[in-house]
Amino acid sequence: MVLRKEAVNQIKEICARYKDEPSPLMLILSDTQKEYGYIPLEVQEVISGETGIPVSEIYGVVTFYSFFSLTPKGKYVIGCCVGTACYVKGGQNVLDKFGELLKIKPGETSEDGLFTLDALRCIGACGIAPAISINGKVYPKVALSAIPGIIAEYRKKAQEE
Amino acid sequence: MAKITIYFENIPYSVEDNLTILEAARVCGYNIPSLCTYKNGECSVASCRVCLVKVEGERRLVASCAYPVRDGLKVFINDPEAVVARRTSVELILSNHNMDCQTCRKNGQCELLEVAKRVGAEPNRYPGAKTEVTLDHLAPGLVRDTSKCVLCGRCIERCKNAQGIGILGFENRGFKTIVSPVANRSFSNVPCIQCGQCTLVCPTGALMENNEIYKLDKAFKEGKYVIVQTAPAVRAALGEEFGDPVGTDATGKMVAALRRLGFYRVFDTNFAADLTITEEASEFVKRVVDKVPGPMLTSCSPGWINYIEYYYPELLPHLSSCKSPHEMMGAIIKSYYAEKNGIDKDKICVVSIMPCVAKKYEKERPANSVDGVQDVDVVLTTRELAQLIKRSGMMWKKLPEEKFDNDLLGATTGAAVIFGVTGGVMEAAVRTAYNILTKKELEPIEFTAVRGLQGIKEASVTINGLTVNLAVCSGMKNAKAILESVKNGTCKYDFVEVMGCPGGCVNGGGQPYVANIFKPNEEDDIMDTYIQKRADVLYKSDENCEVRRSHLNPDVNKLYQDYLEAYGSHKAHEILHTEYNSNREKYPSDK
Repeated sequence: MVLRKEAVNQIKEICARYKDEPSPLMLILSDTQKEYGYIPLEVQEVISGETGIPVSEIYGVVTFYSFFSLTPKGKYVIGCCVGTACYVKGGQNVLDKFGELLKIKPGETSEDGLFTLDALRCIGACGIAPAISINGKVYPKVALSAIPGIIAEYRKKAQEE
Repeated sequence: MAKITIYFENIPYSVEDNLTILEAARVCGYNIPSLCTYKNGECSVASCRVCLVKVEGERRLVASCAYPVRDGLKVFINDPEAVVARRTSVELILSNHNMDCQTCRKNGQCELLEVAKRVGAEPNRYPGAKTEVTLDHLAPGLVRDTSKCVLCGRCIERCKNAQGIGILGFENRGFKTIVSPVANRSFSNVPCIQCGQCTLVCPTGALMENNEIYKLDKAFKEGKYVIVQTAPAVRAALGEEFGDPVGTDATGKMVAALRRLGFYRVFDTNFAADLTITEEASEFVKRVVDKVPGPMLTSCSPGWINYIEYYYPELLPHLSSCKSPHEMMGAIIKSYYAEKNGIDKDKICVVSIMPCVAKKYEKERPANSVDGVQDVDVVLTTRELAQLIKRSGMMWKKLPEEKFDNDLLGATTGAAVIFGVTGGVMEAAVRTAYNILTKKELEPIEFTAVRGLQGIKEASVTINGLTVNLAVCSGMKNAKAILESVKNGTCKYDFVEVMGCPGGCVNGGGQPYVANIFKPNEEDDIMDTYIQKRADVLYKSDENCEVRRSHLNPDVNKLYQDYLEAYGSHKAHEILHTEYNSNREKYPSDK
């Protein structure tokens, strides 16, 4: 894959934002993930060129944190918590239900590019287990019967935008 | 540095105050097992937990590699809890380790195996799942086997900090963690220079040279004229593989062993090093006379060639076009030597014994062949030669001292033997360039300004009223600094010698491993001194040579008279010079 010039400039601009930071990598990757949607190898090479950090090290950070992604993420990222409390309260069933309805496995993105399904380990919302988070918005005590409605809500939202 | 008192097993010792417990222990006479530390705290990510000890006042056991000493510190290595903890750490590492030790080439020099033995680990204490394995055999120089990796991170530190490259890194998380080039690619599919420094620090067999002994066996079986040549640095370290102290000159025994292995001829690459000097020095003189913008960069080190091709292709015009010495030797054996002896060059197999793994790659470069015939067919490292000698049943200490063959390509000089150490090529080149320009000899012959193991050395020499500024560097981190100065126009040097490995070929990626745990009879600081000790072997060898200037090598001069005509002639260019690739893709996307 060859990056477009605009994309390269965008990434360079992101790197420039943090040029005075003592350890800028997490900040750069965080912004890149937000603005570019994912962080493929080609993008990591640009970041490496700008910061002098070896690509292998950047790749290591990207593959360590589940927030970063090597492949494009969907418009809506559904994070299902399967941490201890959520798991006990049926979090795994919630995750499976989303997978079944969207026809994807955890970590994958639906064909229409709308949804990415992630399994998370504790999002700090144990009191309202089982919890999910969609693009940062947290849904408490998710019942299996509510899941089709949640998906429909976002499909509709996408159409309106 | 102030002295403080610390206690091991309640016995007081006086030590420097800037050490870790692990370092202090070695000084005081205790070898605490460790895997992730390489030397003196270098590379310590304190990840292996093999060096746990009890410290009075600490709630938990501490990793001695990462714990600084302080006055009055009381350390207990043999505390029962610590003994068990160290054993458990090793057993946990073994639970995710490839246990085919019998067939592992690292057996006998494997730090994990040795540590496991010392702590009394049981092999299958924690059976269970193992991390998915990657085997990379694609690169000519290096192989990687993640089933043997203990995730110590030494190779990552060496590649990133000593070489300034950073090919290797930790990838993924938890049980899926591996050490690999980006995206678990092959070394041949990332901008790895294949210097092999990572193989020197790997405690196990996860990173090793790509073994080529089978190619040699095949050549013998096919009845070829198998001709061997050995690089200068090999003789300075080979003996270590057989228990000789570091710094033993192994030339005589090495030649005897090679002859007994059945080689048709045993030649010294030093002949070609002299040839390299006459070509390179005359190339330099021509550049000076033609006022070509400097600096000229030397081209003997294939790891370095990879580096400049990948990272600074725009500076390739600065690189000397000379092939490296063993490639020149191969080319001359398959042309001049073959013709003079009436041997068909296709029936010759040239084997190079090198301190280097990048040379395994170098021999396969298309530009290193003449009329489609590769100059060199097989490259074996110093370590592989040792394996070959052990396989043959020869007893090292009973081998006699013998001399290299001397027909046509036999004469060598002291200038050539110092090629194996940082600064050596420059010193040899200056001796000859001075003569080409002035028709006089440089006195004194020792050019000590370029000796020593510093990363970057500077010197200048005045020839015919012209001051020539020289620099010598080893290790790619240092080369990078010089290349950056060339790029931004601030470089003041005319001629720069670059060697890929820190310290030069004596510390090459194919040299014998040096680990404290396997060197009980060396002094404590052998990790700091081994490079210099090997270098001293070569400088001593130079001193002992009758002829110490490349342009006075009688066989080289005969070669020019009978065959090549003159320094830098058309024919010399055809056989002895190479081309570079300014278009190498760093991360090709096909694999």
